[in-house]
Amino acid sequence: MDQLLIEGVTGKDSPVGVTETKFYTFDGITLESGEKLSPITVAYETYGNLNENKDNAILICHALTGDAHVAGVSKEDGKLGWWDFMIGPGRAFDTDKYFVICSNVIGGCKGSTGPSSINPETGVPYGMSFPVVTIKDMVNVQKRLIDYLGIKRLFCVAGGSMGGMQVLQWTYSYPECVYTAIPIATTIRHTPQQIAFNEVGRRAIMSDPEWLGGDYYGKSFPASGLVVARMIGHITYMSDQSMKEKFGRKRKKSEKYGYDFEAEFEVEKYLKYRGETFVQRFDANSYLYITKAIDYFDLGENRELIKFYDSRDLKFLVISFSHDWLYPPYQSKEIVKILKYAWVDVTYCEISSTYGHDAFLIQNEEQENLVRDFLKNAWQQKGKR
Amino acid sequence: MTKEISFDHSLIVEIIEEGSKILDLGCGNGELLRILMDKKKVKGVGIENDEEMIYACVKKGVTVEHFDIDEGLPDFPDDFFDYVILNFTLQETKKPKKVIKEALRVGRKVIVSFPNFAYYPVRFYIGFLGKTPQTKALPYRWDETPNLHYFTIKDFIEFCSRERIKIVSFIGFTENKKVNYLPNIFAEKAMFILERIN
Repeated sequence: MDQLLIEGVTGKDSPVGVTETKFYTFDGITLESGEKLSPITVAYETYGNLNENKDNAILICHALTGDAHVAGVSKEDGKLGWWDFMIGPGRAFDTDKYFVICSNVIGGCKGSTGPSSINPETGVPYGMSFPVVTIKDMVNVQKRLIDYLGIKRLFCVAGGSMGGMQVLQWTYSYPECVYTAIPIATTIRHTPQQIAFNEVGRRAIMSDPEWLGGDYYGKSFPASGLVVARMIGHITYMSDQSMKEKFGRKRKKSEKYGYDFEAEFEVEKYLKYRGETFVQRFDANSYLYITKAIDYFDLGENRELIKFYDSRDLKFLVISFSHDWLYPPYQSKEIVKILKYAWVDVTYCEISSTYGHDAFLIQNEEQENLVRDFLKNAWQQKGKR
Repeated sequence: MTKEISFDHSLIVEIIEEGSKILDLGCGNGELLRILMDKKKVKGVGIENDEEMIYACVKKGVTVEHFDIDEGLPDFPDDFFDYVILNFTLQETKKPKKVIKEALRVGRKVIVSFPNFAYYPVRFYIGFLGKTPQTKALPYRWDETPNLHYFTIKDFIEFCSRERIKIVSFIGFTENKKVNYLPNIFAEKAMFILERIN
């Protein structure tokens, strides 16, 4: 799986070439909580060219720990974008035809304003004085970026997991600004089980003595707390079957048990490794803020949503994965149900894959073909109108 | 559209009114829906349980959902569609009665087509050869067939009267023409248009 999951891969080429993260700073927005966040900087990358009509733009929304660097090789650190196999000339999101945009969410730590950013009023990082943000706030900030780029209507908004929530939020907040939407492995509202996993991760961070009430910048880092949070996360991203296939009961030394508490099983070592590499690239406070935003996500009551979406001029492709137990297929079917009650055009596919929730981040022909063919037909249909 | 339309598809094209709302249960590769979208400007949705077929539908630009129709259609309200189509699907379902009832609930009219198991070459296979029939409409060997139910035109008419389902019309046909004379013997396939009796 490691070879396939391209998170953090360096030394690989991409047909997209070398890419650079850009920044857009504006006066800020009033958040859903009522607080004002100002100013706001958004880190973003773009690939391909915006056409003359400015109607070929696709916005990719990233998941919990993603960033704006979705494709190509980063000029900064040589890393491959997190969804590189999906984006590029001739790929599912074909950069010969479409203008692809990806931005880092607010609350994050990859260039957009978040708890690790300097609060202009105090001159020190926000820490826990950073206001709580929601998925809706993230989308409102993306809208400002889209306005700035001169785009009135996105041809497509796409993303998996938390990215899928942003996709759904886009169609709800700005239905006239979206033509097609591709929510993948996601849900219309966060469930108690999903909230519970996030809360365990947050508690792990906050109970780390190095966390210092979130005010650890320049002093310490709650690494062990964040490692545990990431380990829990990773368990939910895999599946029982993929863990069996990948690790089995394999151990370091296969002859005898160690009879101690060293990371002995392959699965233990893997989670430890995943956790430890994660803390090098992610801010603990951002983990708190973003998981909270996800937990707050609830697009609305089904009946209201059906009324809201009634006969709207939108086209959906909803994708789920058979072994995803974090965002199981039934939650995608719920989205489909609402949309079809509203007579909105919705295609649904459950891709069989043993990988679990992470399947959408792993190169697979099925997802690529679905997205490519769906966009191709939608583009043709759009031309006819 | 240079490809020739199959006879069963052309029969359905004749039946469906322009701009109808259609649900195609077991829509396969989406060919029929594509034709109906192009020729009758229908608003169509397909349901299919075979993942490969979903990809084929999306490739054609046909709206499709990945479901098992044997589980019923709980996510569809009553009278949602003008027509629900079961084109050579019913014999492959586990619970044909349940599927028909659900189709009649969500659609105002239901089109059902199936291979007629009393077609005379089929009778010949069983009666004279003592073998499970393998014909154009029933092309599979017994151990490889996706068909779970074998029934005849007579069976189906009896089923409809038993279940209080109104038969609006009926067509018996072969590869390329309608059969009016003794259809339960001479029609290879049958197509019914059904309605609920309220």
